[in-house]
Amino acid sequence: MISPLRAVAISPLRVLKISPLRVSAIANKEVRQLRRDRLTFGMIVGIPMLQMMLFGYAINTDVRHLRAAVADLAGTQRSRLLVADAEASQVVDVVRRVESAEQLEALLRAGEIHIGLFIPADFERRVQGAVRVPAQLLVDGSDPLVLQSARGLAALPVAGTPRRQAEIGDTFAVRAYYNPERRSEVQIIPGLIGVILTMTMVLFTAVAVVRERERGNLELLITTPVRTIELMIGKIVPYVAIGLVQVTLVLVVGSALFRVPIRGSLLDAYLAALAFIIASLSFGLLISTFARNQFQAAQMTIFFLLPSILLSGFMFPFDGMPRAAQIIAEALPLTHFVRLIRGVVLRGASLTEIGADFLPLAIFFAVTLSVALLRFRKRLD
Amino acid sequence: MNDAPAIEATNLTRRFGALTAVDHVTMVVPRAQIYGFLGPNGSGKSTTIRMLCGLLEPSEGEARVLGLEVPRDAEALRTRIGYMTQRFSLYEDLTVRENLEFIGEVYSIPRRSRRERVDELLAQYELADRAGQYAGTMSGGQRQRLALAAAVLHRPELLFLDEPTSAVDPQSRRDFWESLFALCDAGTTILVSTHYMDEAERCHALAILDSGVLVATGSPRRLMDEIPETVVEIEGDDLRAARAVLDDVDAVASVAQLGTRLHALVEPGLDEPALRLRQHLAAAGVAARVERVAASLEDVFVSATRERRAP
Repeated sequence: MISPLRAVAISPLRVLKISPLRVSAIANKEVRQLRRDRLTFGMIVGIPMLQMMLFGYAINTDVRHLRAAVADLAGTQRSRLLVADAEASQVVDVVRRVESAEQLEALLRAGEIHIGLFIPADFERRVQGAVRVPAQLLVDGSDPLVLQSARGLAALPVAGTPRRQAEIGDTFAVRAYYNPERRSEVQIIPGLIGVILTMTMVLFTAVAVVRERERGNLELLITTPVRTIELMIGKIVPYVAIGLVQVTLVLVVGSALFRVPIRGSLLDAYLAALAFIIASLSFGLLISTFARNQFQAAQMTIFFLLPSILLSGFMFPFDGMPRAAQIIAEALPLTHFVRLIRGVVLRGASLTEIGADFLPLAIFFAVTLSVALLRFRKRLD
Repeated sequence: MNDAPAIEATNLTRRFGALTAVDHVTMVVPRAQIYGFLGPNGSGKSTTIRMLCGLLEPSEGEARVLGLEVPRDAEALRTRIGYMTQRFSLYEDLTVRENLEFIGEVYSIPRRSRRERVDELLAQYELADRAGQYAGTMSGGQRQRLALAAAVLHRPELLFLDEPTSAVDPQSRRDFWESLFALCDAGTTILVSTHYMDEAERCHALAILDSGVLVATGSPRRLMDEIPETVVEIEGDDLRAARAVLDDVDAVASVAQLGTRLHALVEPGLDEPALRLRQHLAAAGVAARVERVAASLEDVFVSATRERRAP
């Protein structure tokens, strides 16, 4: 006798004419193929692990250890205590001591610090009288999370005052630079250029080379006098132009539609973009020497894109990340590009101030291209 | 210099891990000839061609191609050889003319002569009215003509063709071979691999490859004349039964079906082979017409590859 349960379980399959055998045949085949596709198989484990590491360890919206500089014009015991208290809060790490507000501004523009603590010469008087806020925080407003942390710092109590803190109000007046209205699109859009370029440039080149291999074009090319380096440069050049068009598009739409200010020189912005594009393209070439087909090239691009977006400082402040994540981030070209482009576009910095971030891009380019060339040669044999 | 053979290979060997794809191949290809590589898939034809082009490092042995040492002088060789890959390897999303222009640029042919050469080839290979068509939308025969035009664009002295006709209809194959003879008459040396007997028969000289080993060389005529076995042809209604009988005859080295006939290779030394086989078949009650015939190239192929397989 057939149990009623069994009859119920089978009937929908009957109605739909689904054969469990055929379904399991397909499923088994799929699992078998998956096991042989090491990359996809690896990503099943790799993606969740990577995401957990990034969000669990690296990404920290409760930002601490922001690089800061102090201009203590008062130089009293109370002012020194205030700076020590600010450091003790772990929100800031004082890395520089300077003599004036102008110097703080210069450091901010160069991207060396995110926060400047300005303690005026009449600090003691201000603490006594309730008329004016005793000190100032000069904050890099191009990152909203930094700004948010700075606001937490503003209410830091001043030690040993005769009056109660409530009477004084905030110890620091927060002055947000570069994005005083705190519009997130202003902060996002310059960095977005980098995210878009990472996505397109890496994928385009990787796919362009892999496609030639898939279609057999490469087999023909290697019998001609075309040299590997010529092939690679020839592949890269059109995409450099495409990348620059994308940069222009984001800048034009960003300033027209989202009123993103372009404070620095356009030439500097394009130079930074050019360096980043070339670095991304050479990484695409490197991927192409590993990927067996276009799908794998796309998978590997995603694998690279994820940490780039999350660790580069595009979404979360670099200073808030643990040391290990920072080391990884330093190796990613997007980190350096985000610094460059925000410096130029939002803070109006010149390349002489922030040009140091070109060097890692150049090293990244040289290393990935050399490895790509070596591996490419090997594949012909 | 020009009297030297186009290709001289000595003990050319290539191993891929445990597999020996090409095993001590020694061969000489004279100039201005069509030289055929005959062998089944996986016999090492493509690997040998790739080594001769300088694309693959030999594990052992050496080769001189057009007087140049490969793979050492591979770069210098590139401009003097043409290579047509087994698979269509031009760009399917470029037009016929764009493909040829591209190849011309790759070989650094100056603009003016490039244009002339492309027009010349379009006319010669009957592609002129398709010049603007995407290569990917063309038929097998048209693609093959385009691939040949691309391979000879820079007027190579030596042309490697790796199974060039595997995806085309018989008429296209005939036309294609006419083109090869025309190139050969103009002085081009052609090395062509194939697994079609009728194509192999058109070559001036042949090398038969089996599992990476060169098992026979010579002109098709000579190979057929000098086959060691006697070829006996059996025609009848029940070939399966006839075959079962012949398989049990010791003197019969192999039996292969060719259409509606059987070809039996009979060991040399057996007197009156046709008569003997006829007796065997009659004894088994199989009605068949048995006749001694001249060897075909297929018989040569079976004979040559059999010797290696025999224990």
